[in-house]
Amino acid sequence: MSERKVTLPGAADIAIIGAGVMGLALAYNLAAAGARRVVVLDAHYLAWGASGRNGGGVRQQWSTEMNIRLMQESLEICAGFAQEMGINIWMRQGGYLFLARTEATRARLESSIALQNRCGLPTRMIDLREARELVPELETEARGAGTPPFAGACFNPTDAIVFPWPFVWGYARAAQKRGVAIHTGTAVTAIERSAGGDFTVHTSRGALVAARVVNAAGAWSPEVARLAGVELPDWPERHEILSTEPLKPFLRPMVSVLESGLYFSQSLRGEIVGGITLPDPREQQVRLGSRLRFLRAMASALVQVMPRLGDVKVVRQWAGPYDMSPDGDPIVGEAPGLPGFFLCCGFVGHGFMMAPVVARYYARHLLGLETHPLFTAWSAARFAGGAGGGGARREHMNIG
Amino acid sequence: MSKKVILCRCEDVTLADVQHAVALGWADLEEVKRYTGFGTGPCQGKECLRAVALAIAAAAGRAPATIAPFTTRPPLVPTELKYFAAPEGVPEPDE
Repeated sequence: MSERKVTLPGAADIAIIGAGVMGLALAYNLAAAGARRVVVLDAHYLAWGASGRNGGGVRQQWSTEMNIRLMQESLEICAGFAQEMGINIWMRQGGYLFLARTEATRARLESSIALQNRCGLPTRMIDLREARELVPELETEARGAGTPPFAGACFNPTDAIVFPWPFVWGYARAAQKRGVAIHTGTAVTAIERSAGGDFTVHTSRGALVAARVVNAAGAWSPEVARLAGVELPDWPERHEILSTEPLKPFLRPMVSVLESGLYFSQSLRGEIVGGITLPDPREQQVRLGSRLRFLRAMASALVQVMPRLGDVKVVRQWAGPYDMSPDGDPIVGEAPGLPGFFLCCGFVGHGFMMAPVVARYYARHLLGLETHPLFTAWSAARFAGGAGGGGARREHMNIG
Repeated sequence: MSKKVILCRCEDVTLADVQHAVALGWADLEEVKRYTGFGTGPCQGKECLRAVALAIAAAAGRAPATIAPFTTRPPLVPTELKYFAAPEGVPEPDE
């Protein structure tokens, strides 16, 4: 996969910075649509960043029509991935169960479900008895001081999980087969725009001239944009995750508690994999250290909702960065004031599941074949008045 | 033969799997871990790391000393979640 021994090409039509799932899926879709001279650059190795560190959830339960419809299409692409790419991504369509601790959250779930049903999703509110049938060992009553019993639950049987690593190298291999040059171990150090409108991308392994550049660097995208003189309003946020020893298959759905941001599922390898939101002061730089603080919060939350997991061993914990945007929506399209410099970032922890569909439309957009409402709704221009731009938060089912 | 030599017993990764990964261009231990899944089971690489490093070195024609180990993840040994859980529910987030 790595082409460190291969010389960097001197020129490209499109240079994509970031060989995460977003950049690789975009490169694949561009090449599949006939684009030539597409180069992907990454400072590290494949699956080093957030694309190799996430929980692999692919869900369609969202609270905005844009996200619901996009994710319906993304899930279809995931379901066809093995056939299209010839790679097993260990997909399991066990559904997603969302749990609400408060009446307010329950009411929000109900209004989201009405919208999801209008989009054709079979999501429905379920009672706690049914939740316990879907999730053996689920503790739905109050347990521990200050934690109320669950006020409601909803379930969509068509949501899924995948194993992130083969997803990433699946896109990489498919892109390479179609002529994309992927250069890992190649850090971008400077980006200059010439009078003619081309970009000279300087890297640790030489320079390359590109007609267009796409910043798909995820949580690192503000740093990459700054190299081109662009200030972005997104910022990195550390999220941690853990994995247990493998267990016999017993848990089909991904389970998530909305208030705490707890989520966990059983992978096809048998492990329980999950994380929880921890409030943190805003960081300027990506931090990937693991903390006991997370392990305590996660173990406590897991044992609370499923007491028997207390006897299950955690084998490893790690961290990955979310790429946070001020209003919770992504940032796409050309950077204001810098034609030819495109953004594909700010995906707030769900870039992995959105990559298949976003990359499909992004490729068509770049090739002038078709555009999509996402390029208006998620345009960076909404932040023209500074990072406070973008207006009210529309999507309230960003979790983790 | 190499198909029957198991280097990572937790995840059933064979010598042939590692050789295949190197042939595809996955050159470092971290990359081979992400490609084969070796070192992600209960032993967390404690039994297999050295064997896989040597296999990569041999397959890639590199000196073993140039193969860096992968990041060690906590906890040090697999540990029951109950020992990390607060006895009464979830601790305050900013404890």
